[in-house]
Amino acid sequence: MQHHTSYVILKKERFDDFISSLSRMQKLVAPVAKGFNNYSFEEVHSAKNIALKYIPTILPAKKFFMPQRETLLEYRVSKHVKAEAVVEYEKMTIFGLHTCDLAGIQCLNMVFSERPKDYNYLTRKNKITLIGLECNEYCDEYASCHLVNASFPSGGYDLFFTDLGDYFIVHVNTLTGERILDITNCFEKSSEANLNELYRMREKKRKIFSNEIPIKSRHIPELFDRSFRSLVWKELDERCLACGNCTNVCPTCYCFDIKEEVDLSLMHGIRYRVWDSCQLEPFAKISGGINFRKERSARQRHRYYRKFRYPIDKFSRFFCTGCGRCTRTCMAGISLKETLNELLKESEDRLWRRWL
Amino acid sequence: MEKVALKDSSYQLKRAKILNIKKLTDKEKFFEIALMDRDYLDHEPGQFIMISLLGIGEVPISICSSPTRRDSFDICVRAVGKVTNKLHKLKTGDEVGIRGPYGKGFPVRILEGNDLLIIAGGLGLAPLRSLITYVLDNRRDFGKVHILFGCKEPKEILFSDEMKKWSERTDLHYACTVDRADPEWAGNVGVITTLIPGVDIEPSRTFAAVVGPPVMYNFVIKELLAKGIPERQILLSFERHMKCGNGKCGRCQIQNLYCCQDGPVFNYEKIKYLSEAF
Ligand SMILES: Cc1cc2nc3c(=O)[nH]c(=O)nc-3n(C[C@H](O)[C@H](O)[C@H](O)COP(=O)(O)OP(=O)(O)OC[C@H]3O[C@@H](n4cnc5c(N)ncnc54)[C@H](O)[C@@H]3O)c2cc1C
Ligand code: SF4
Ligand code: SF4
Ligand code: FES
Repeated sequence: MQHHTSYVILKKERFDDFISSLSRMQKLVAPVAKGFNNYSFEEVHSAKNIALKYIPTILPAKKFFMPQRETLLEYRVSKHVKAEAVVEYEKMTIFGLHTCDLAGIQCLNMVFSERPKDYNYLTRKNKITLIGLECNEYCDEYASCHLVNASFPSGGYDLFFTDLGDYFIVHVNTLTGERILDITNCFEKSSEANLNELYRMREKKRKIFSNEIPIKSRHIPELFDRSFRSLVWKELDERCLACGNCTNVCPTCYCFDIKEEVDLSLMHGIRYRVWDSCQLEPFAKISGGINFRKERSARQRHRYYRKFRYPIDKFSRFFCTGCGRCTRTCMAGISLKETLNELLKESEDRLWRRWL
Repeated sequence: MEKVALKDSSYQLKRAKILNIKKLTDKEKFFEIALMDRDYLDHEPGQFIMISLLGIGEVPISICSSPTRRDSFDICVRAVGKVTNKLHKLKTGDEVGIRGPYGKGFPVRILEGNDLLIIAGGLGLAPLRSLITYVLDNRRDFGKVHILFGCKEPKEILFSDEMKKWSERTDLHYACTVDRADPEWAGNVGVITTLIPGVDIEPSRTFAAVVGPPVMYNFVIKELLAKGIPERQILLSFERHMKCGNGKCGRCQIQNLYCCQDGPVFNYEKIKYLSEAF
């Protein structure tokens, strides 16, 4: 039997067998090419449908953990209150998650494990097996995963694949991971040479993944402490269309609305939650028509602070994984890296002025 | 896709029955409610619950009675929309769904032994009534108690019977004001801040508890600070949209704080830096 945390290898010629056997175990989801450089996590049955080299999917794997629409409560409409809380889940394996997407899932895990726990999320999470896949190079110029410490694997998976040419080296992280090795039976022991090759690849990668924005990640909270009244937010005010796309595609955005739906017989109803967005105008409105984030600048600022400042105190980590989805999707061309750069530039200008 | 019942869900409802309904004003009604299945709410003054009308929706409402009474609790609801209008149509004996209590209320253990200056604007009296009735039920644990109430017009006054009793008590100081008088009104006219300078307090041992519409806060805080009450001893309750009550949905966030879990009651020192609070 394999040791609990260890490395094995999968020769490329066995990859097909592995995927077929994996898809026979339970529903298998992986990145699939949708044309025009778009990718999506979808059910697959064979390796030929999987895009092994892909840029982040349009929607993150969040859609499986926190479905866009999810029933929380079922009830009979009657004089008596008869309601039952429910959870819908599906056993599945997700193959091919990049480190940024694994980081996104880790963020959601922290939020929904915090008391009061969200058992809808947690139940579903327990049914999902995660297999990571390393990026040896940047996906594209929008990625900033290194800045937020999400460019190298740091747990949160059952198995983790790294492509080393003729074979994958695979890190086995959990008992579920070990079980997959046993059942699929396609893996071989790794040697010292395999591990050395992995270290060499990572060394090379460390050189490529660097200096996305000229700031050390540990200084980012401080940058945001200085930037609440920044003019950069004002600029975004004029550009942002308040469509909410940036939050829909973000792997760490989890705000939701709760709604009600009664069927046509008016006998049965459900209460369900749907994704919501802090970028939409009514989000922070209260009674009397008062809105505490009326301006688009205030709403964009809120989004950035929820990625780079507020979660630091609560969870000790960024809630940006640097996946670049918000930038790729924005019709107004608002770029996360550019915003950070501008905040930095403005902050430096201000610091300079203080010295002059 | 499989579906199973989720016993531990924080969205599960407790059954509750309406025991008593009173009309307070044109827009506000009072409800006395008891949890069924021999359950107690066990709240602290200033906390809120989520009330469900199945098929219509769920809204946050402050508990307005003292936890010293365990068998039932009170709420006071203004009809403004879907759920609250339907609530107003319910009758004694009807059932509603409840979750909670949620949030951090007034820290009564810390308030004990001190003087209190309670300032309520309009419907802000609802959450403060839970504190006031708690204090009156445990009167010996508290020092001097001042209650100031203000609203737009005399016909908006909530709990006028109780207010009359408060005004007759010798162990508390009660004052009331309206923005606009009507012909029968014999009391004070003017915004609530006009009552504050006249109150005789010893600031170092006084805690202020303030609940009212957002505009009221800036003006009241200024007066309280002018009186010399320390920032830490000014307690404010905030209202934001709430959907989950669990610190997840993001609706009630004031910068880095969640109103539903970190609040709704905050001390001024903790929240004064937050521009999205006021
Ligand atoms: C902590 C807290 C305590 C509250 N205590 C009381 C109370 O004791 N008595 C009382 O009458 N009201 C109270 N409210 C306000 C009450 O929640 C809203 O009036 C109610 O949600 C309106 O619901 P509706 O379906 O009737 O109205 P809707 O049809 O949904 O909308 C009508 C109006 O209410 C506002 N509103 C809608 N949903 C909310 C929401 N979730 N939170 C706040 N405002 C909302 C809308 O902006 C609109 O102006 C409290 C709110 C909070 C957050
Ligand atoms: S996607 Fe772009 S335009 Fe839409 S809300 Fe986000 S920043 Fe604004
Ligand atoms: S903020 Fe943008 S780059 Fe960061 S995790 Fe969300 S979508 Fe990805
Ligand atoms: S009500 Fe959902 S986070 Fe506060």
